[in-house]
Amino acid sequence: MTDEYTFPDNAAKTAAAAAPEFPPEKMSISMGPSHPSTHGVLRLQMELDGEIVTKADPVVGYLHRGDEKIAENMTYNQFVPYTDRLDYLAPLANNVAYAIAVERLARLEMPPRCQAIRVIISEMARISSHLMGLGAFGIDVGAWTVFLYTFTEREKLYRLFEELTGARFTTSYTRIGGVARDVPEGWPDRVNAFCDQFLPILEETLALLTRNKIFLDRTAGIGVIAKEDAIAYGLTGPNLRGCGVPLDLRKDRPYSGYEQYEFDVPVGARGDCYDRYLCRGEEMRQSVRILKQVLRNFPGGEWYAKDAKRIFAPPKDKILTSMEELIQNFMLVTEGPQMPPGEVYFEAENPKGALGFYIVSKGGGVPWRLKIRSPSFCNLSILPKVCVGAMLADIVSILGSFDFVMGECDR
Amino acid sequence: MTATADVATVLKEKFPQITGRESLDWPAFNVPGDQAPAVLQCLRDECAFDLLVDVTAVDWGVGQSPRFTVVWHLLSTTRHTYVRVAAACADDAKPSMPSVTGLWPGANWHERETYDMFGIVFTGHPDLRRILMWEGYPYFPLRKEFPLAGLDTSLPDPEVADETGARVKPAPYMGGPFVAAPGGPMDEAEPRAKDQSWTERQEKPS
Repeated sequence: MTDEYTFPDNAAKTAAAAAPEFPPEKMSISMGPSHPSTHGVLRLQMELDGEIVTKADPVVGYLHRGDEKIAENMTYNQFVPYTDRLDYLAPLANNVAYAIAVERLARLEMPPRCQAIRVIISEMARISSHLMGLGAFGIDVGAWTVFLYTFTEREKLYRLFEELTGARFTTSYTRIGGVARDVPEGWPDRVNAFCDQFLPILEETLALLTRNKIFLDRTAGIGVIAKEDAIAYGLTGPNLRGCGVPLDLRKDRPYSGYEQYEFDVPVGARGDCYDRYLCRGEEMRQSVRILKQVLRNFPGGEWYAKDAKRIFAPPKDKILTSMEELIQNFMLVTEGPQMPPGEVYFEAENPKGALGFYIVSKGGGVPWRLKIRSPSFCNLSILPKVCVGAMLADIVSILGSFDFVMGECDR
Repeated sequence: MTATADVATVLKEKFPQITGRESLDWPAFNVPGDQAPAVLQCLRDECAFDLLVDVTAVDWGVGQSPRFTVVWHLLSTTRHTYVRVAAACADDAKPSMPSVTGLWPGANWHERETYDMFGIVFTGHPDLRRILMWEGYPYFPLRKEFPLAGLDTSLPDPEVADETGARVKPAPYMGGPFVAAPGGPMDEAEPRAKDQSWTERQEKPS
């Protein structure tokens, strides 16, 4: 029995006496769907033993809009704006992935200028997405300042996006067989200027975290994923590379002319939250490197495929003056671009991972089936494994380091 | 492409029933449903296709037989090439397919999603629940007979449904996604949502 002196006050004495009446039991808690660190509408149904997570069941689908069903009911061109809403932090990269998938189906080759524009916008989207991911990760683990730096830079990118596409967020810039319009006068120079001023700021921002004691304590050795597990669960993008698997589709299956550019693929060593952070930081440096190379030798010429007659809308002045182009435009709008029957699967290396489109065509202007393979969905599927054994506070770190977007996960 | 030939020879030797599948890009194979896990395991262990990138299904339409085809896409992290494996579900009314969660734990969510959207039961799956739609949702939305607008359904939570009397209603999308049927007479080719639930001429169903 407890001694009188051990518990000086009555309340503690009662508690000590009452404790055996409550057998140790596991607590189940529901984190999300509206929780600041679940980045959107992810819900984690967890079972806790004290502060240790013993079971985690992610509940997804709160943002399910049926994009695949919608795609089956509209023409290939009409679906472009829907791709903006997948990973809404990198809409330009989604546009590119979708356009290339359909062009593989139509067997179209893009002219060099169009490919270069697509590489530029993909890399800008990557920087903007990683900036957002980094800022949010910082907030999750208590480093507010990073967010302010990254958002300032992201804003500069959004100004450039607006100049190029007319929209900041939902860009819908690519078309099947090209891009919506050529780059504006002087825009490449402004992108170049952005790159020049961005690099020192990036270093400054990363320096806030890389050797930060608190950040290291919150991320190093937390959420460790083994190489084999990462592959078995189908992780892609920085999350896979953070585990030490050097898979980057830009390098390994180059598309849109990525083979012309020199860049390194950063890989992690331990597969923890800290390595995933380092990978993203390095990827931004590499993206700037790619941007610089594209802008140095920015090819001239056409920015849409000339042979995409039945797919790409004719120039507006021609539509208004020439019968042939008017009819072509009318058919294109009402029936959609006519595709050959067949099946294609194309994956692009997007900021979050490999975004894949599996298109089954029976011919005509509407896909019979369009499956979106979203990297966030696959990356989150490893959560039940990674979260078990972690402390509740580490879950926030793990989620932050995964950098997922629910718009893409739930489609 | 040598990798293509390799995969085809290895598979043909071990599984004589495999046939090539029409594809515009990667090597693709049709396999019998019951052999699918064995074929996928062979691809993983002998041809280095170690990353299961995607599992999905295609509904070929009401009345078609076989109606459902399950499609797997594999990627090799060392050879950097893809392969597509497809298997038709034998039963059109109650489609099922053996699960590959034992080979790739990552198949778990993909198979749950395919079940959720098409109603294909993956036998041997450890936890075949709905994933994007809510538990207890009565339809399979990506089946071709399911209308784009959706169907009238009760809310997921019976308590909330009772209290509010609210229901999940079909989307009121006059002017929604437009698609014209190609090749038909021009007056009917006016762009219209394929399965619009009502138009100017047709009364709104109550």
